[in-house]
Amino acid sequence: MTKISSHIEKINQSDRKALSIFLTAGFPTKENFVELALSVLENGADMLEIGIPFSDPLADGPTIQRSSQAALENGVNMKDVFSFCEQIKSKTDKPLILMGYANPIIKYGTKNFCEDAVGNGGAGLIVPDVPIDEYESFYTNDFKDFEKILLTTPASSDERIKEIDQKSEGFVYCVSVTGTTGARSNFDKNVLENLGRTYSLVTKNKMLIGFGISSPENIKTFAPFCDGVIVGSAVIKKINEDYKALPEFVRSLSYACNDK
Amino acid sequence: MSTQTIPPNGRASYNFPDGKGKFGIYGGKYVPETLISALDQLEKLYAQMKFDKEFQNELNALQKEYNGRPTPLTFAKRLTEYFGKAKIYLKREDLCHTGAHKLNNALGQILLAKKLGKTRIIAETGAGQHGVATATVCAKFGLKCVVYMGEVDIERQKLNVFRMRMLGAEVVPVKSGSKTLKDATNEAIRDWVTNVSDTHYIIGSVVGPHPYPMLVRDFQSVIGEEAKEQISGYEKKLPDYIVACVGGGSNAMGIFYPFINDEKVKLIGVEAGGYGLNSGKHCATLTLGEPGIFQGMKTYLLQDQYGQISEVHSISAGLDYPGVGPEHSLLKDIHRVEYFSVTDDEALDATLLLSKLEGILPALETAHAIAHLNILLPQTNKNEIVIVNISGRGDKDLNTIINKIGDKIL
Ligand SMILES: Cc1ncc(COP(=O)(O)O)c(C=O)c1O
Repeated sequence: MTKISSHIEKINQSDRKALSIFLTAGFPTKENFVELALSVLENGADMLEIGIPFSDPLADGPTIQRSSQAALENGVNMKDVFSFCEQIKSKTDKPLILMGYANPIIKYGTKNFCEDAVGNGGAGLIVPDVPIDEYESFYTNDFKDFEKILLTTPASSDERIKEIDQKSEGFVYCVSVTGTTGARSNFDKNVLENLGRTYSLVTKNKMLIGFGISSPENIKTFAPFCDGVIVGSAVIKKINEDYKALPEFVRSLSYACNDK
Repeated sequence: MSTQTIPPNGRASYNFPDGKGKFGIYGGKYVPETLISALDQLEKLYAQMKFDKEFQNELNALQKEYNGRPTPLTFAKRLTEYFGKAKIYLKREDLCHTGAHKLNNALGQILLAKKLGKTRIIAETGAGQHGVATATVCAKFGLKCVVYMGEVDIERQKLNVFRMRMLGAEVVPVKSGSKTLKDATNEAIRDWVTNVSDTHYIIGSVVGPHPYPMLVRDFQSVIGEEAKEQISGYEKKLPDYIVACVGGGSNAMGIFYPFINDEKVKLIGVEAGGYGLNSGKHCATLTLGEPGIFQGMKTYLLQDQYGQISEVHSISAGLDYPGVGPEHSLLKDIHRVEYFSVTDDEALDATLLLSKLEGILPALETAHAIAHLNILLPQTNKNEIVIVNISGRGDKDLNTIINKIGDKIL
């Protein structure tokens, strides 16, 4: 078992789905980001996904796009991201996962990126614009110490889901809907059917569901079809709208992850 | 049988993309997982249609009866005299229905969309020419059409925005980033990720994930095939030079591709130099960019030291793009095509030059190719032949031209 999957397994054994929270690195400010991340962990997140800002995040909806743009305007670059990781990691054992588009990673140099990211406590990596078709050309040996987390979507065939499960490490990231990131309020029957299909095909890895989850109710709905959930846009939205209420929001999400 | 000599760089076997959609190291399918099944479907269908008689006949008929092909290859007598060197011919894509080469591709793709059973079409547009071409084929075939266009481009290409709306298309203003072609493309991809089940994305240039760069190139290759036949008829030989402007690179690939194995024909791509190569405000992607991954493809990009995509500038909306088709990246690396750039001002001057000497008002995009003749022609001699691809006409640019050089004209 890998670092991340054994962490999820431990959480599942205590009758709980894992809660992963996505934050855009250096948003809303560079100065308070580490404090924000630690508060999210203290209030019940089981792991963190740290988004590396990119100028053209084409898998993201407006909320994360704007946070990414704001982070770039705050002057956040790759070195800052690693420094955040190091500071957060010095205070927690929970896994840190980096999520970033391909171009800033190859521009930094994949070897340097992996050394610096893993050296500063990054355990997993998600690159939304690298599908399994480009796995070999992108994930060279440089990435060997990273748990490379791959995504499935409702448009993935059964066969592809199996292949994604075989290649993925840490967990499989199951995208709940076809579309970009962004909080949604309801999910129709097809969404749940597809989650059921995907969960039964993912046999090697743990599976976390992400994209669109915005409330404790959503988590309850999805719980039967996963080992954990990822909440991103809803958290960024809360930061934008009512920063002070964030700890309570995270606690409510975390509470919903407990079975019963 | 003569023994085949293999020219340097292995070009004798020029056969790209490979099975994985790569042009050497470039190209590929760097997109979110959601789009893969749609891309695979498109690739499979196209592989069949490429050799399907009925499909090709239908497309050829449309190119002839609706688009007005073949377009003429016009001898530019006064422009030739002006330089007093090589003979200059103009390949007249400005005479295509809707005023640019863009319809060649839109016609091909709408037939594919119908075969895929899609009911909704989306497109990105910069100059508005691809948007107009897409809106046109959607009107003709009765499909719903949504065009994404940056706010800056909506302002500078207003006429085309009206045209698209008259044709029944919805034009969605894009407010993110630099509010130009790159941002319109991001937004179109996001739409596609969301609505992939009923929607086909008609990409307007040889960019994006495989199979688009190949498919758009093939649909545009009619330009080069015709030009080859026409020049062989007029001059009993192939041209010495072919010059085309490069935004995403589709009109250039269209005219270059049928000549790629004709080693003696020198191929020249002209990029937008904006305010100049030292200004930091240009779109000279192949001249000054570096390889990266963007909008589904590995290719040369204008980017900063952190890999963020640069905010670029060109007076011409159709060239105002920080990337370029992956096949051009390969053609640059293997030195089969040479790439240059000309500035906004040089393009404006060339617009007037072609108007006054030949009675042809070119698009500002096209004017970049013409402006390069100032560099190229002095190096040629009288028994050589140059073909310039006149990718489109300039009516759409009158606003910009009047704002910039109205005083020179009036
Ligand atoms: C007339 C004309 N020429 C050239 C271009 C640039 O595109 P490409 O490089 O794909 O030919 C455009 C794009 O809008 C155009 O309208």
